[in-house]
Amino acid sequence: MSGLSIAGIHKTFGGKPVLAGVSFDQAPGEVLAVLGPSGCGKSTLLSIIAGLVLPEQGKVIWDGQDFSGIPPHKRNFGLMFQDYALFPHMNVRANVAFGLRMHGLPKDVVEKTVAETLDLVGLPGFDSRDVHTLSGGEQQRVALARALAPQPNVLMLDEPLGSLDRALREQLLEDLREIIRQAQQTTLYVTHDQEEAYTLADRIVVMRAGKVVQIGTPQQIYQQPNSAFVARFVGLNNLLPGKARGSEVRTSLGVFPLASPAQGPVQVLLRPNAARFGDEHTDLTGEVTEVVFRGETCLVRISAGEEKHPLSFELPSNEAIPQAGDRVQFSIDAGPGLAWFTMEQDELD
Amino acid sequence: MFNLDAGVGETPMTKRLVPLLWLVPLAFLGVFYFYPLGTIFQVSFSRAEGSLWQTVLEMLQAPSVRRVVGFTYYQAGLSTLLTLLVGLPGAYLFARYTFRGKNLLRALTGVPFVMPTLVVAAAFDALLGSRGWLNLGLMQLFDLAEPPFQFSNTLTAILLAHVFYNTTIVMRLVGDFWANLDPRLSQAARMLGANRWQTWRKVTLPLLAPAILAAALLVFIFDFTSFGVILILGGPQFSTIEVEIYYQAISLFNLPLAAVLAIIQLLTTLGLTVIYTRLMARLSRPLSLRPKSLTQQRLSTWRQRLAAGLLVAFLLGLFITPLVSLGVRSFVQLEPDRGQRTFEGPHVTLAFYRALWQNSNQSMFFASPAEALATSMGYAGGTVALSLLLGLPAAWMLANRQQDLVSRILDPLLMLPLGTSAVTLGLGFIVTLNRPPLDLRTSPLLIPLAHTLVAFPFVVRSLTPALRSIQPRLRQAAAVLGARPWDVFRSVDLPLVARALLVSAVFAFTISLGEFGATALVGRPDLPTVPVMIYRYLSQPGALNYGQAIALSTILMVATTVGMLLIERARVGEGAEF
Repeated sequence: MSGLSIAGIHKTFGGKPVLAGVSFDQAPGEVLAVLGPSGCGKSTLLSIIAGLVLPEQGKVIWDGQDFSGIPPHKRNFGLMFQDYALFPHMNVRANVAFGLRMHGLPKDVVEKTVAETLDLVGLPGFDSRDVHTLSGGEQQRVALARALAPQPNVLMLDEPLGSLDRALREQLLEDLREIIRQAQQTTLYVTHDQEEAYTLADRIVVMRAGKVVQIGTPQQIYQQPNSAFVARFVGLNNLLPGKARGSEVRTSLGVFPLASPAQGPVQVLLRPNAARFGDEHTDLTGEVTEVVFRGETCLVRISAGEEKHPLSFELPSNEAIPQAGDRVQFSIDAGPGLAWFTMEQDELD
Repeated sequence: MFNLDAGVGETPMTKRLVPLLWLVPLAFLGVFYFYPLGTIFQVSFSRAEGSLWQTVLEMLQAPSVRRVVGFTYYQAGLSTLLTLLVGLPGAYLFARYTFRGKNLLRALTGVPFVMPTLVVAAAFDALLGSRGWLNLGLMQLFDLAEPPFQFSNTLTAILLAHVFYNTTIVMRLVGDFWANLDPRLSQAARMLGANRWQTWRKVTLPLLAPAILAAALLVFIFDFTSFGVILILGGPQFSTIEVEIYYQAISLFNLPLAAVLAIIQLLTTLGLTVIYTRLMARLSRPLSLRPKSLTQQRLSTWRQRLAAGLLVAFLLGLFITPLVSLGVRSFVQLEPDRGQRTFEGPHVTLAFYRALWQNSNQSMFFASPAEALATSMGYAGGTVALSLLLGLPAAWMLANRQQDLVSRILDPLLMLPLGTSAVTLGLGFIVTLNRPPLDLRTSPLLIPLAHTLVAFPFVVRSLTPALRSIQPRLRQAAAVLGARPWDVFRSVDLPLVARALLVSAVFAFTISLGEFGATALVGRPDLPTVPVMIYRYLSQPGALNYGQAIALSTILMVATTVGMLLIERARVGEGAEF
């Protein structure tokens, strides 16, 4: 098949498994985000795909060709490093031209491509600047231009926005999205930030402790996390333990319908918009512990029920918002039924 | 630009007082370096007949002088090149990989550097010389009457000894820098299509250039001013400037020629140092250095292991074999001594060590190893105290007043003593420090003063980068919390450079322990140091004297090795510039 295939990658460092059988496919032109907490092995995975680190098992396949024995400089995979790794002894032009020169392109083509790529990343006229005179955002753009210029088979980005401040991140994230889409560049984007993954990716590969735990579109990942880990990782923290009996679950906050039948101890996911405050037809109460203003919404944290279970819900900020310390009555809207996860998965955390 | 780097918490008064820190080291250099040197030059030239310039020009045109100067440059250049060739792979191995025994190997490669030249020469002689293991073995094996392998008095011997000596400079200076160089820079080059060779040439080499240059400069200066190695291993047909100064001044008493040669040596050192400073400014890039833990990896593939194994074996062979053969030789008597009638053949013996304690010649100036070692240690202790006392303020000024005019002028000048002929300086001491108020002829301070001149540049070179690497914010934080400048220095600078301080102290100690040239000239004959005693034994004929020289060398070798291992334990993370 065409595109990138990662098949059963295993890697240990000092006897400790870092990657334990990672597999996924990527179609040409697709933007794939590898999302996971730090230490889950995602950067190692990039190094292996790049050919900088050799796996103990598994294959990296590009367009049907096994790349395992191919050294990094013959793969034509672009890699943008976490803090850019710009060559400090070269100016902007020489940095961007480096890959083109290594590919033996004639001088005029190199010059033309460098100029075009610098235009593309929004740095026209920066050719002869020294890289250490550039701001963080400018360095990031030069690094992107350097990786893009040789038109790599796959562009890989390793937490490229990690060291920038928030406003700059958002700006660059938009630009990055624009540039990648425009070039129809097959891209592998490694990040621990779900917002970045949502913004850029066609599909997301969620990793945990050296394994792929879920693959799906951003919407699928957010709407249907397949484990408590993924739910927590994408910011869905309202997990309530309970006992499932067929299509119902009994919890400390009452009995709710389940999205699919289950038996025994489970934990169910209450979505952040599931609470109805001020409902007087309920005996469910809680104490508001904290209210955080978030702009369009407010985050209301409560300790709910007799077991004082900590939950947090989002309310539109133009509605009446309870204050910290208030006792509130509320009900839970289970919709078509609550998503549930087995306890074993959670205990791995 | 607004500079917050230095002068935190200073009041206008302390700002004016701080430059006074230069006073102590400058006064020292003035009195004990420039004054004796200037005087000896003056004395030398006043003996010349005719106009000064004419004399100098005539000397420079003499073919013998040209040959000496030419050979000095030639052997120094060649030695430096070979040293880089051996040192760079070692630097790479130490910079990028972790493996078992690495720290021990590192310590061992540092041992030669602080070995006294006499010991090194004796060690190579014990291995490869006409009475060395190699030749004895070959003679035994093929029943030869003459040693088949000519080592002493060859250029090979000189080059090998220089490589042996200075490889550690390359491995440490370049290795430390390399270890903190971001490996992702070369990974980025690989990802962009550069093969290994292109990556090395276009990325790694240009980034390493400042460190390689710094190492090459030091190695060249050491090879250029080399004395003991040439004197003992080179023999009469090889003469460098320093050896020629010794012959001309001591044997022929041709002081004008000695002075001209000393000035050539000085100008070369100064010129090189100035070029070096310029190049450094051009080549240095602001690099984001990374901690070693992130740049080093284990040896993983069999090919890496094989290459590393071969390299380690080679380094061990180069560094350890001569030293081990020296140690072994000191316990073995291979041939009868002069006048010894009953010789039962080669055997293991403690005779050489025992003889060290006997004043068999009833010499007035005899010293037992214990006495000589005590003298050496005493001088070394004094050298440590003096060179730290002088080096710390100088290093502090260089680190914190980098842009001051004084600092910029003094930076290369401080290196000068390294490139100064010890013989010339010794003579300078003799003619200047012999009358009140500076009558130091019999003072026990004279030798530590001379040794401090050699150790001082080292102390400054290793303390300055350590002081420079202190984040200005730490000093600012201390100042904001109410610390006065002295408090800042005492509570921030001093603890953070404690390790570098210890390293410099041990360096100063071992340099003093092994120094020979100046000591031989200005030392009191009744208080010989260990190297002086070794030289006395070496310059007397016979198997017993040779054995005693080797036994005493072994004692000194053990003492310096212990010092080096102490350094190795103390060094954690920080790169010394030497």
